[in-house]
Amino acid sequence: MSYAHTINGSGYRFADLKTLLAKASPARSGDYLAGIGAASAVERMAARLCLAEVTLAEIVNNPLIPYESDEVTRLICDRHAVSAFAEIAHLTVGDFRNWLLLESTDEATLARIAPAVTPEIAAAVSKLMRNQDLILVARKCRVITRFRNTIGLPGRLAVRLQPNHPTDDVKGVAASILDGLLYGSGDAVIGINPASDSLPVLNGLWRMVDEVIQRFEVPTQSCVLTHVTSQIKAMEAGAPIDLVFQSVAGTEAANQSFGITLAMLKEAHEAALSLKRGTVGDNVMYFETGQGSALSANAHHGVDQQTCEARAYAVAREFRPLLVNTVVGFIGPEYLYDGKQIIRAGLEDHFCGKLMGVPLGCDVCYTNHAEADQDDMDNLLTVLAAAGVTYIMGIPGADDIMLNYQSTSFHDALYLREAFGLKHAPEFEAWLERMKLLNAAGRLQSLGPRHPLLTALTDMTHAA
Amino acid sequence: MSEQKPVVIEANPWTELRQFTDARIALGRVGSSLPTDEVLKFGLAHAMARDAVHAALEPTSLDASLASLGLKPVWIRSRAPDRASYLLRPDLGRTLADDCEPDLRACKGPFDVVLVLADGLSAIAAQAHGAPLLQALMAHLHPAWRVAPLIVATQARVALGDDIGEALAARLVVMLIGERPGLSSPDSLGAYLTFNPRRGRSDAERNCISNIRPAGLSYAEAARKIGWLMGEALMRQITGVELKDDSDMPALARPVAPERLSPSAGGD
Repeated sequence: MSYAHTINGSGYRFADLKTLLAKASPARSGDYLAGIGAASAVERMAARLCLAEVTLAEIVNNPLIPYESDEVTRLICDRHAVSAFAEIAHLTVGDFRNWLLLESTDEATLARIAPAVTPEIAAAVSKLMRNQDLILVARKCRVITRFRNTIGLPGRLAVRLQPNHPTDDVKGVAASILDGLLYGSGDAVIGINPASDSLPVLNGLWRMVDEVIQRFEVPTQSCVLTHVTSQIKAMEAGAPIDLVFQSVAGTEAANQSFGITLAMLKEAHEAALSLKRGTVGDNVMYFETGQGSALSANAHHGVDQQTCEARAYAVAREFRPLLVNTVVGFIGPEYLYDGKQIIRAGLEDHFCGKLMGVPLGCDVCYTNHAEADQDDMDNLLTVLAAAGVTYIMGIPGADDIMLNYQSTSFHDALYLREAFGLKHAPEFEAWLERMKLLNAAGRLQSLGPRHPLLTALTDMTHAA
Repeated sequence: MSEQKPVVIEANPWTELRQFTDARIALGRVGSSLPTDEVLKFGLAHAMARDAVHAALEPTSLDASLASLGLKPVWIRSRAPDRASYLLRPDLGRTLADDCEPDLRACKGPFDVVLVLADGLSAIAAQAHGAPLLQALMAHLHPAWRVAPLIVATQARVALGDDIGEALAARLVVMLIGERPGLSSPDSLGAYLTFNPRRGRSDAERNCISNIRPAGLSYAEAARKIGWLMGEALMRQITGVELKDDSDMPALARPVAPERLSPSAGGD
């Protein structure tokens, strides 16, 4: 069905729901690259005014990508929590925004309706929300996950330690791990992006990180971010795998371009569960996403990039992940042009994920050909902390020397802890205290050259 | 007058581990934050990378250094009229400007190989390393190959080589193109080889050698690898995932992880 809205006598017509959503989306280069963005500022507002009148039931009843041709659509429809949806089905998108912002719509209410929130509902309402709305509602959502520690508790912020090295040199990776741990980072995961996809190289990384975690009894988990099929093979061969990683997208065709299907993810999920390596919980998956991935695979079906991204969270949600990471600025300026677009996208992704019950963290990042710099990242970090982001990345000096982009640093995490009073995951915090890395005020201690953990980790690095 | 105390930076006693990695470890801190000199170092590195993205090829000096190798290039451009459009519209950077096509058709192919030097995302890489790399590469061109005149391309993406190769009726295009600048590598050149170049070729149909710069893969070593791949491509009539770089073992390290969402990696 088509939609129409009249402003001062001028009529605006939108052919279908996906067109309406695309035109209502805040401006970003990827939607223009796809040729689906609003032609003018007033057309964008006409689309929003029109979208505000659409009921949530209508969105659920009109899949953007046909059920028959897309397994992500089938997942969204088949898993929709119909009884929980009854509470909100009658609301228009505009009133859903009002309802979300009510004080009476609290943590328990949001948890109850989360399985009834489809990606399209989350994306639609986000398009009518200002940044402060995205912050306020997201911080009311509580998504708690567990493996060897507890992620997502109020007043806490976790950090993924990302110790990448351009040639996967084990000593080089170990040196960055040492740096991160001594800066109090690594409670979300110690997660390495390998340059190689050779199994012996990957095995060396899995074993080294596992040794660090076991030997020093660090209450955290490891992950090597390689293709899910390699991880399945490695698990069969006995590699010490804590979390299984995969990049996921919001359409079947985009997932195909990553070489994955939902069945493959299910197989990997079951394999990881069977290892029973978690000590306090069994959230064993780690997913990465990012706006623009469907378009870049030419697999977006005319759906705007923010809605495609929210659909990726439906894929993630199915496998009860420990962590989901929107790698927001990595994709480049043809999808997110500048700091303004990256910041908005980061807030949208975090909001949509949390509203859907997904443990969303954010790789606050940019590439050198985007119109962005470290000040933009400070802004995004700060608004995400206000929104209660689950975790961020920690990279030595914010400079990833393997992936060639800038993210956030161990120091950036300290900044958020200082500015917002955010603590580590509780088990990790206790470990930092045991290791005498934190002082009584919860801040980093001054470390002498003979600190036992420094000495032991240094020896390990030399021997790696 | 009170005695002035020096500002104390909390140093990290593990600087010796920098021998194992170029990552910015052991930076020290002031409170929770980076010391001033580290903030400035980072700012300078980012400034160099930003300037590299927005720099343009300088024709006079490039022509002169190419002339000293006996090369007289044909300059062409993509349909991206300026840097801003180039960054926003990769599709424009992948297609040849209409008025450039006659210049290429005039080159009277067919050819076995066409070499293209392109600005990509780092004109300073092409400017600095183009001529010395071409010089090293000339020794690896088989005397029997019909080699097209050198093409210099501006506002170019990797796939512009497909249009160029098609217009020249070339069997193989070798695109030497400035890669997306990293903080520690603003001047890295990449080489992309595509057999039977035609518009619409996918990245899976190309071979890539990356990180060509004095501090990375040397000119001589890069030329050897490119030369080996050119020979294999022409003999086996293929490039891409089915043509493994066995010029030596172990295989080349890739510039980006295969699992990272990255449509804009490398020169594309």
